[in-house]
Amino acid sequence: MEQYSKKVMDHFLNPRNVGEIKDADGIGEVGNPVCGDIMRMYIKVKDNIITDIKFLTYGCGAAVATSSMVTEMVKGKTLEEALEISNKHVAEALDGLPPIKMHCSNLAEEGIKAAIDDYKKKHDKK
Amino acid sequence: MEKIIYMDNAATTKLSQKVLDAMMPYLTDKYGNPSSIYSLAQESASAINEARKKVANALNAQENEIYFTSGGTESDNWAIKGIADANKEKGGHIITSSIEHHAVLHTCQYLEKHGFEVTYLPVESNGIINLEELKKAIKDDTILISIMFANNEIGSIQPIAEIGKIAKEKGIYFHTDAVQAVGHIPIDVNELNIDLLSLSAHKFNGPKGVGALYIREGTKISNLLHGGAQERKLRAGTENVAGIVGLGKAIELAVKDMDKHNKYITELRDNLINGLLKIPDTILNGDPKLRLPGNVNVCFKYIEGESILLLLDQIGVCASSGSACTSASLKPSHVLLAIGLPAEIAHGSLRLTLSYENTQEEVDYVLNQLPSIVEKLRALSPLIKK
Repeated sequence: MEQYSKKVMDHFLNPRNVGEIKDADGIGEVGNPVCGDIMRMYIKVKDNIITDIKFLTYGCGAAVATSSMVTEMVKGKTLEEALEISNKHVAEALDGLPPIKMHCSNLAEEGIKAAIDDYKKKHDKK
Repeated sequence: MEKIIYMDNAATTKLSQKVLDAMMPYLTDKYGNPSSIYSLAQESASAINEARKKVANALNAQENEIYFTSGGTESDNWAIKGIADANKEKGGHIITSSIEHHAVLHTCQYLEKHGFEVTYLPVESNGIINLEELKKAIKDDTILISIMFANNEIGSIQPIAEIGKIAKEKGIYFHTDAVQAVGHIPIDVNELNIDLLSLSAHKFNGPKGVGALYIREGTKISNLLHGGAQERKLRAGTENVAGIVGLGKAIELAVKDMDKHNKYITELRDNLINGLLKIPDTILNGDPKLRLPGNVNVCFKYIEGESILLLLDQIGVCASSGSACTSASLKPSHVLLAIGLPAEIAHGSLRLTLSYENTQEEVDYVLNQLPSIVEKLRALSPLIKK
């Protein structure tokens, strides 16, 4: 099989921001077990800025690495900035993904969007 | 990287030094085309005949029933397409199982597109077909039963003797993909009533790119490859002489040491299985007893196979998974789904396949390392309630 880049392996072996946030402001879960990928993102938001983010991921090396990378990319960003991060940005930041693994970077983008959506729904109700 | 621990012998095996030594002259000085007339060429021709004898002996077949091919995939394609084509006047129905190798499954699917009807028998949760289901599936126009000898993923061994008996009584050709079985468990094509059998050299310490199809004398079969008169006009193409010599040597060695190796490998296998099952939420796939001597296949719940393989690779362990992420498809292994596992558990499979070169020290090392690998991945998993 095509090899992963050094950056992918680094994020897979030493994933950043792993875990749960008990009092998260938004939680997004994407993927499904049939495809072998589930990504759950927890965010804390203050003054429109993502102040903390954690993830749990069930999936292959690329799924874990893209989760880890995207958490680093959005931490400290405004919600608008975070929503602009695309799957391509995540893959590029990891020095590329093998073609059959590109769907994993979609999950990362969708995971962030789902968490922000969840935050907005809860926030609007308040 | 430190020393490699190779536990992927169902994928391929290491070429034996003795086999390489036997092949070497045919890769160097003895380069004659076996179809030519001069002495140099005759050396190649007689080397092929010697190899044919060895393969025939290993299966209790006759020499004129062994046809050399490029490997397991070609043998499977030839057996199924060749029987279908030559017997289509008699009928258009084929019976196979849902856990066959893709070389059989995709060939059957191809024939379905060309008007043949195929029944894919289900398997029990231990990965073995139900003989009553087989009997029920047989119709007046059934021309072929193709059931693998032993499964490549979960190692389950099918009731080949009973299937052969049923096929013989009904006058239906019986093909078995024995790629995982030849050289590892005893096979007698006459005792088992097998009409066609596929084998591949690199699964028993021979070279890649060479295999054979056993075809019982008198079987009505069409060519897959058309061209020259090689292999008694049934398989065209200049023979892979060195490969064929390697296949002959490898099968001779494998059969000679089979009992000794099996006793040793089975003990390693059972130690590995027992150790792995101590990891919480781990299940054994396949039958505990009716399985290949070297096959271990487990699922660790809540985690995914490719991640396990990547972490094992970090510590020098070569293994395999039925996980979708090791292939281009997103679907989990068709074999694990066929034995009734839900997709999210099937994704977490690990296959370790042993050979006589593995040691108890290596088994201990893997058993020592795997719990922390599983734990590390479970800490990342959203499927567990923390």
